Amino acid sequence: MQTTTVVVGAGHAGLAVSHCLAARGIDHVVIERGEVAHTWRTERWESLRLLTPNWQTHVPGLAYDGDDPDGFMTMAEVVAFIERYARLVAPPLETGTTVELLTSNGDGYEVVTDRGVWLCQAVVIASGGFNVPKLPPVAESLPDGIESVTPMGYTRPQALPEGGALVVGASATGVQIADEVHRSGRPVTLAVGEHVRMPRTYRGKDILWWMDRTGLHDERYDEVDDIVRARRVPSPQLVGTPERATLNINNLTDQGVRLVGSLAGFADGKAQFSGSLRNKCTLADLKQGRLLDTIDEWVDENGLDDGVEPPQRFEPTRVEESPPLTLDLAREGMRTVIWATGYEPDHSWIDLPVFDRKGRLRHDGGVVTEAPGVYRIGLNFLRRRKSSFIHGTEDDARDLTEHLAGHVGASSPAP
Amino acid sequence: MTDTSEPIGLNGVNVEHLLGARTALGETPEAGQFKWRVTNEWLHGTHSKTHVEGYFGLGGEHDHKADYTFESDHPLVFAAEDNAATPVEIVLTGLASCLTAGVAAVAQVREIQLRSVKATVEGDMDIAGILGADPEVRNGFSNVKVTYDIDADATPDEIAALVAQSQKRSAVYDILTNPTNVTVEVK
Repeated sequence: MQTTTVVVGAGHAGLAVSHCLAARGIDHVVIERGEVAHTWRTERWESLRLLTPNWQTHVPGLAYDGDDPDGFMTMAEVVAFIERYARLVAPPLETGTTVELLTSNGDGYEVVTDRGVWLCQAVVIASGGFNVPKLPPVAESLPDGIESVTPMGYTRPQALPEGGALVVGASATGVQIADEVHRSGRPVTLAVGEHVRMPRTYRGKDILWWMDRTGLHDERYDEVDDIVRARRVPSPQLVGTPERATLNINNLTDQGVRLVGSLAGFADGKAQFSGSLRNKCTLADLKQGRLLDTIDEWVDENGLDDGVEPPQRFEPTRVEESPPLTLDLAREGMRTVIWATGYEPDHSWIDLPVFDRKGRLRHDGGVVTEAPGVYRIGLNFLRRRKSSFIHGTEDDARDLTEHLAGHVGASSPAP
Repeated sequence: MTDTSEPIGLNGVNVEHLLGARTALGETPEAGQFKWRVTNEWLHGTHSKTHVEGYFGLGGEHDHKADYTFESDHPLVFAAEDNAATPVEIVLTGLASCLTAGVAAVAQVREIQLRSVKATVEGDMDIAGILGADPEVRNGFSNVKVTYDIDADATPDEIAALVAQSQKRSAVYDILTNPTNVTVEVK
């Protein structure tokens, strides 16, 4: 089978790329291992909602138009939104088809699937940035009798054993899971490493509204000081709830969640934690302060037509004088460890010399320069700070399909 | 190795060189493998002397500009001769030196002029541990507290951020806050 471009993945990013390719009249096929929005349907926990508000949910050719712009979509609503987008885009779609290998054949690329081989000039990898849970090496030495759960396998608190749980990691995933597991009567200990603290709302607006408005979300990958570090920054401590509530470490402490430092290891049935908890919290408090300073300065310089609430500063993260450094898991009644330690994309099917020594795909803002014609979309800070958000796909899809059109020698998009 | 032809200014830390080294490590990560070495010899009682001469790094051996020595002993309250600082005080020395170097380097990157940087370091210890009097008490510090007094052209939050970032990148802070495998053998 032959086409100009193969798009791998029919989530919002793959569909957005398809929309932009169709506008340019570029022949393509979208290959999807499951059905449209597969990851959103199958690999996310039950209570999860988007952490971006509804008004921010837009993709090329479609924007949220419901009656709750300040709400946050449940997974079922996300799937419905993406299904609606798929009907609108009506891409040439091959569902239930798994890509097993991407390789070069000299002139172009071969995309080997379990339902045949595609030959093409260009490939857009839109298979998600959060495919595989990234576990720290200490996970291998977890003592027997303790259940190991990743966010991909996690569904709801009641599916966990009765008893205590250690949640490792305090980014969005970690604090959200810690919150509901603790509320379910399973006492949570939260191991806190580097994290990003943000209030849900600030001066009466959603914090992500400010990130858009001040231009922070549009900051480009080739403009930041250190893109390697920027791409590693954990997701902010945000949760999407109907109440637009802030979820931070102090809220969890108030509920009775116990804080410890980063998980350093296991020895003799005991978990060992770093003594760096206080500094990790100080770093996040200071960084939040700088974000709020940036917003306040922006308001002072630009004003706002409808006015905003006055500036505010939040209580620093409370850390007890001497947080525990070791915990005897059995004695503490701990039954589960939940690894909220991040995700990685799965690029194991790509057989091209485009990976660095850590196995990360080398790309220039999504353009895989060492394999001309290959593109990546939907990774952290791919081209802009907003790249990993749904609305971040829009500019990235337009930029990358423009570059792709140049590669395959296509003309400008239809007006 | 160090380019001394360019003026460094501000706090006198050659961060250009350090940042260049980080870029170079991206291409040749093996150059980042260092081995730090000291030799220690017993003198008398609890008194010993340590030499620091050279180290391995960037793919080769390096000598210090001089043979640096440190003596160590136990204090009079342990009925020792107190010929020099105790080993735990040298650990605190290492922590303070590392954090202060970090403060200066981070300030250099952020173009903050330092005027004075002073740290007080306190290590709390219950000696019931080292005496074997109470198995529940650890030998080492129960708590370490570092207090910085910094005068610089910066806001209090910017100074707090210097100290926080210094901890984030400090070797000795990491050594003290996280476990390390230690192997001690006899030849």
